[in-house]
Amino acid sequence: MGSECSSVVAEELHVLAVDDCLVDRKVIERLLKISSCKVTAVESGTRALQYLGLDGEKSSVGFDGLKVNLIMTDYSMPGMTGYELLKKIKSSSNLREIPVVIMSSEKVLARIDRCLEEGAEEFLVKPVKLSDVKRLRDIILRGDENDEKKGSRKRKLQDLSPTSSLARDLTPLKPASAASKQSRLKRPRLKNTD
Amino acid sequence: MSNSSSRERNLHRQLANMKHSLFDQGYLDEQFIQLEELQDEENPNFVEEVVSLYYWDSVRLIQNIEQALEQNPIDFAKLDNHMHQFKGSSCSIGAKKLKKECTQFEKYCKTGNGEGCKRTFQQVKKEYATLKKKLERYFQFARQVGCVEKACRPK
Repeated sequence: MGSECSSVVAEELHVLAVDDCLVDRKVIERLLKISSCKVTAVESGTRALQYLGLDGEKSSVGFDGLKVNLIMTDYSMPGMTGYELLKKIKSSSNLREIPVVIMSSEKVLARIDRCLEEGAEEFLVKPVKLSDVKRLRDIILRGDENDEKKGSRKRKLQDLSPTSSLARDLTPLKPASAASKQSRLKRPRLKNTD
Repeated sequence: MSNSSSRERNLHRQLANMKHSLFDQGYLDEQFIQLEELQDEENPNFVEEVVSLYYWDSVRLIQNIEQALEQNPIDFAKLDNHMHQFKGSSCSIGAKKLKKECTQFEKYCKTGNGEGCKRTFQQVKKEYATLKKKLERYFQFARQVGCVEKACRPK
């Protein structure tokens, strides 16, 4: 049983979820547990940084030693926004390799661009679905396998693999990507329940 | 034997009809279905738990909006933030009509229309209360159906 840092295939992914909305925390927790992930849910960027051991205070408790494999954060939060949290994580030598996913109910392209440029792995439109979480999990696991081949974050934007179709959708207009951008960013339609 | 299973079927049909009508009348959207798909044998009441949590937590969010509307002059940026929180929560349980009213409120907020906000907020509260009653009835009935199921199933 490998206990190396990068061997998450044999272990559960541990996800740190950050959202000021109580209902959303409950839902994301369930989504992650169903997807066989360990979850730690916190209500703010400040709490997230405390948990990650980055709050500047030498607290005696500190980071509980559970490696975090993925951070999912809401964008609009009082105090520190998800974007600000993203920047703090990416400027930390300890934590910058942890993939960060931004969640937002508002699909503002400038916002999405900004987050991806700052190093976010993905930008999910809320409400987050089970299929989003499952896809993320695959990306993270695959990312860990390809640890050595990982280049700069910018290169990921040009990655044409099916799993980063959102990034591809943001490159200059091609008919196919315009259509898939729509389906990615569109809110779920009401299924015909008859 | 056949009596209890046909009774079960009737109850299930009634429950399904209740649900269909909530969707047909536009009270709920796809997100509610997404939540239902997260239920399993170990978490059979997940949706009810989320909805209960929503109604508990949103009391505070509604108060925030009300207080912000009572200020003179209204701080529209703050008001917008408060509504954003309430709307987000409401979307997360699939509250479709409620979401529409919140969107209308946001439009008035962005144009600094205090009267429009106040008027729309009355609608928001109305939809909020209506949905609460309907969902309470729905979950109550769902639990009854669940009990009958348990009683009817051979061990």
